[in-house]
Amino acid sequence: MLLNIEKLKIEARGEEGWTPILHGVDLQVAKGEVVGLIGESGAGKSTLGLAALGFAQGGLRFAGGRVIFDGTDLLQLPERQRRAFRGRRVAYVAQSAAASFNPAWRLLDQFCEGPAIHHTAGRAESEAFARQLYAAMHLPDPENFGLRFPHQVSGGQLQRAMVAMAMACKPDLIVFDEPTTALDVTTQIGVLAAIRQAVETTGTAAIYITHDLAVVAQMADRIKVMRHGREVEDAPTRRMIEAPAQDYTRSLWAVREFRRPPRALPQASAPTISIRGVTAGYSALDVLSEVSFDIPRGATVAVVGESGSGKSTTARAITGLLPPRAGHVALNGTPLPPRLAQRTLEQKRAVQMIYQMADTALNPRQTIRQILSRPLQFYLGLTGRARETRLNELMEQIELEPARFLDRLPGELSGGQKQRIGIARALAADPEFIICDEVTSALDQLVAEGILRLLSKVQDETGVSYMFITHDIATVRAIADEVVVMKGGRVMDKGLRSEVLDPPRHAYTRELLASVPQMDPDWLTRRIAEGAA
Amino acid sequence: MMRMLKTMPPTAILGVLVIAAYAVIALFAPLLAPHAEAQIVGAQFEPWSAAYPLGTDTLGRDMLSRLIWGARNTVGVALVTTALAFGIGAIAGLLAAALGGWADLALSRLVDVLMAVPALILTLLALSALGPGVANLVVVVAILDSTRVFRLARATAMNVMVMDYVEAAQLRGEGTWWIISREVLPNISAPLIAEFGLRFCFVFLTISALSFLGLGLPPPMADWGAMVRDNAALITFGDITPLLPAACIAVLTVSVNFVVDWMLHRASGLKD
Repeated sequence: MLLNIEKLKIEARGEEGWTPILHGVDLQVAKGEVVGLIGESGAGKSTLGLAALGFAQGGLRFAGGRVIFDGTDLLQLPERQRRAFRGRRVAYVAQSAAASFNPAWRLLDQFCEGPAIHHTAGRAESEAFARQLYAAMHLPDPENFGLRFPHQVSGGQLQRAMVAMAMACKPDLIVFDEPTTALDVTTQIGVLAAIRQAVETTGTAAIYITHDLAVVAQMADRIKVMRHGREVEDAPTRRMIEAPAQDYTRSLWAVREFRRPPRALPQASAPTISIRGVTAGYSALDVLSEVSFDIPRGATVAVVGESGSGKSTTARAITGLLPPRAGHVALNGTPLPPRLAQRTLEQKRAVQMIYQMADTALNPRQTIRQILSRPLQFYLGLTGRARETRLNELMEQIELEPARFLDRLPGELSGGQKQRIGIARALAADPEFIICDEVTSALDQLVAEGILRLLSKVQDETGVSYMFITHDIATVRAIADEVVVMKGGRVMDKGLRSEVLDPPRHAYTRELLASVPQMDPDWLTRRIAEGAA
Repeated sequence: MMRMLKTMPPTAILGVLVIAAYAVIALFAPLLAPHAEAQIVGAQFEPWSAAYPLGTDTLGRDMLSRLIWGARNTVGVALVTTALAFGIGAIAGLLAAALGGWADLALSRLVDVLMAVPALILTLLALSALGPGVANLVVVVAILDSTRVFRLARATAMNVMVMDYVEAAQLRGEGTWWIISREVLPNISAPLIAEFGLRFCFVFLTISALSFLGLGLPPPMADWGAMVRDNAALITFGDITPLLPAACIAVLTVSVNFVVDWMLHRASGLKD
């Protein structure tokens, strides 16, 4: 057994002393084995992954148990000797490569740092090894790739460079902490293939931490499901996917099955929003070129595409934050003034927005009551008892108890509850159209599903139209009536969901769909064989 | 409130107690002082005695009474000046951050110009031109000090302006004033309050220095800076009396800094 974590307890410092966040967790990793750790946020998976390096983050402490790496209990060693293990025997790949690389150093210099510190290889030797790894990971121009600075390469390339760097000292174990979560699906597949290949060719063991079940199914030999700092279930990948033993695991597996029942859209004369030939951008650069599509009344239109495709810029053009250079946006057939400042209160009220990060979308110094009361008063002039009644209605609509939540601050709510408040704030304006900008991508899958169900219910009740910006095809399949596919600021394809997606009509849509990981553990193998990565 | 007290370090508790004592003395000066502010009660430079616990000054005024009145004058004027500096600086800084563009550029460059000239020299120049007097003193020192508040308010407000909740307010159609006062100000109040304490110390020292130079509070108002100057001759005779007002200045400055350190630490969110 390469790594044997026994009854590990870790505590976090809080207002009232130390509270446990890992309650005696076991984890075994054999030589060459890949173990997947999954669970919602706060499950303790990252804490457990870092514990494999004998490391606890600031504000955390080891409170019991053992971390035995190749016969040595890391927790008994002094910090100096523990450091000798890190990078040399156990390496770590972080979620955000952009935040983990030193922007002032070339990639190759950062690669050679580990071998130099641990005296495992000379400069020339590790440079040669770096080039070999860069080539194996299909990085462009592997001979000179390392001479670039971190900002000169794309996000996916940087993440692959970090995987290469983790292998610089030929470690026995690599901990991957959500290495592809921040990437687009089309980029993710390349990184997944690179990680898979690196692990297979070198025989390195790995701990792969993620909240994406389909990804872990591709990467891991064995999966451990965690929740609230405890193990829920531990089984080989195939058995875990085909026959999960615990209810919680089954509920995780079932999330992706949410489908909104098909429905007939009300026939209306004019679409709620129509975008006609909109070209917009920043300074001299056009981010959008001649974008045109409609949002029919009461419909959900999903706008999909990778980052940089212009999805969010389209939203800014609609709201008037970024006036288009050409073209226009019409509300109910009447063109909207391009600038927000020129629009009437009524026009502003009709178009509302829900943000991706509920943390930054709610003012941390205002109570939920203040946050929701303002649009009621500002747009509808509600005060006193009428406002209080409407507040209670809104809270019930988003399924949060008014008495419990109205006087709390956003910091006292969970991520999903905050997002519900974001929805309520948009609904408070009694809008005709809501832009949902990646509203579920920062949430755990179970919580995200709840938000999608809520948004569908609200639409059925109020007949509001949604523009749903997302890069997640599963979300599109779950709730969209129509789909707009964007790439490079242009509309690639648009139409009813079934027309655009089943089967994919446009070549780019095909690529996008083929890049979405499936629960089938053989999916990545097949995709690599097809030459996708 | 009780929990806050429990987590306070001893230095901060000491600071709060000292500040509270100063506040009581300043508020109740007419009741506490045995003699009036400008009343000549004895001979010049009388030694410490039962009648005059701290002796008398150059003109024969009671030192203890003047120290107590001085708390009211010096601390009061410094407080008003700091508050004015904050009013000007914070509003201008928030406006610059919220409006951006030309307003930001004009305000920022104006502040740069004011900051480019050494503050004490500029103050002396302005006060010589305008003439001494409490109002002139307060306005001149406040304007010059507001430049630093402006910088802090603008920088912290800029960080808040990019938050989604500010964009949400803009989309709602809220005016600049609402965004500044409701969305931004509450979120930058912690560093601003901490800065208030520090600024108060600097303003207090500036006013004392100006008084020492003869451009501060006009006589016969009791003022700690001027009291050091007036009685400085006594030092040559080994009498510590002229150092007492200086000690009052020092103790208050250190106490305010203790409290501000603790508040800055809390605002930074550091656990250790």
